[in-house]
Amino acid sequence: MASVTLETRENRRAWGFVTPALLWTVAFFVIPFLVMAAISLATRKGRDIVMTFNLDNYITFFEKAHLLKGLFVSLEITFTVTIISVILAYPLAWIIAERVPQKWQRMALIMAILPFWTSYVVRSYSWLLVLAKNGVINNALLHIGLIAEPLELASTRTATVIGFVHFFVMLLTLTIYANLVQMPPNYRRAAADLGANGFQVFWHVILPLTLPGIMVGAFLTFVLCIGDYITPQILGGNNELALPQVIMLQLGRRADFPMAATLSIILMVVVTLAYIACARWLKMERT
Amino acid sequence: MISPRFSKIASWVYLAALYGFIFLPVAVLVLFSFQDGRLPVPPFNGVTLKWYGEVFADSRLMSALGNSLMVAIGSSLVACVLGFCAAYGLARYILPASRLQRGLLVAPMTVSYLIIALGLLSTFNWLGVSLSLWTVGIGHVVINLPLCFAIIYASMGDHQKNIERAARDLGAAEWQVMTQISAPMLMPSILAAFFLSVTFSWDEFIIAFLLSRFDVTLPVEIWSMLRSGLNPKTNAVGSVVFLVSVALLLILELIVFRRTAKK
Repeated sequence: MASVTLETRENRRAWGFVTPALLWTVAFFVIPFLVMAAISLATRKGRDIVMTFNLDNYITFFEKAHLLKGLFVSLEITFTVTIISVILAYPLAWIIAERVPQKWQRMALIMAILPFWTSYVVRSYSWLLVLAKNGVINNALLHIGLIAEPLELASTRTATVIGFVHFFVMLLTLTIYANLVQMPPNYRRAAADLGANGFQVFWHVILPLTLPGIMVGAFLTFVLCIGDYITPQILGGNNELALPQVIMLQLGRRADFPMAATLSIILMVVVTLAYIACARWLKMERT
Repeated sequence: MISPRFSKIASWVYLAALYGFIFLPVAVLVLFSFQDGRLPVPPFNGVTLKWYGEVFADSRLMSALGNSLMVAIGSSLVACVLGFCAAYGLARYILPASRLQRGLLVAPMTVSYLIIALGLLSTFNWLGVSLSLWTVGIGHVVINLPLCFAIIYASMGDHQKNIERAARDLGAAEWQVMTQISAPMLMPSILAAFFLSVTFSWDEFIIAFLLSRFDVTLPVEIWSMLRSGLNPKTNAVGSVVFLVSVALLLILELIVFRRTAKK
């Protein structure tokens, strides 16, 4: 009997440790999410929110072109960014892992992260300095006479993509590098001994082994990119709106809280679908 | 067949090009924060510290800076304490549905900040809670708690467990074990979690933007400065933020890694 009471006392103590964090998460994460989900089923009437519990907002989303377009713009930007970032980051990670002397590798990685320690808002603003009509790039190109008129770089999708790629090249370089250095060198030697040339070793041995790392990094890129408001707002401007910009527009100018909640739920569904696809792919790869 | 010499040169060129790309915006930002003129774009007219002077004389910016530090440190402390206790409870005791509990604690990590912010905003509106730095702090604990929990939980091994058991056998009470044995042993990871939280909170925009009203944090204040377009003063603020963050990174590197190296 004594052991039972001890166990219950121990158990109660353990709950004492865990409960505050669980309560916090439930109170400020789970419940707010449920409230938001409920509001997405409501309707805006003037300045008030009327709980109607219907799917009108979701139907409106698929009917109104400007709302639906936000999702497609976001998806297009996100896919473009993910692909370009992987293509640029892979060789960089490979060079750092293979060509840079071992004792400098840590330094090389720290240097790659360093510029990202400015604030997020400031980083997008810095790209504006580079891409603006009178910015660094246009100035340089005009100066060497490559162009006669300044290029329209800021407030375009290109600017948004550049801003994103800048951040995600760094992120993906880290995840791919981690994957590359974990790989035992014997695999490569074995393939070479069996007569594979450099390209074949890469294509049939190294690339498949680092694919999980690429997928994890690409998924991170996808999630962070599709939910971001700052980069498209500062660099892309208002010419075409990504989904988070549409959400903020509903909140601000239109004061349509239920629609903003609906769009957020849709955003979350898209991210969850991407997660499921990624997780399933990783599982398939492993078995 | 590509000659090894050519591939070597190509690698270094690629490395230099990408590092150039990575550093370009920050270099431009810092360079033109010294611009002696009204526009932070070429041509560079000469060096002045005028804009830094304006930044430090700007009371709104300075109070936003103070608010940011307060929210960052406060919310990180709360997130670390909650995260440490939860990690201790889950790593040292057998609790029912512990997988589910761990899943719940890290769940906010997988959701966009925008959605967390909107959820909290809906709830605060519904309850009639007025927005302030407190509500921003609550939001920042939500995003940092999973991080602190995961980092500290991952570093709790069996090695520490044996030492804790020895202390308990020698008559230490549970709170003594926790504060005098476990916490000091886990200090490197607790500090790593704390500083990482501080930098995340310090840099966070969307939650701070949606959940604050009159007192704002630095990213939100910088955001409102952007409405005036390109301005060397914004460059100067950005450079200051950059320096502060790099200093934080250095502290983290020195304290945390030197400690682990010593062991």
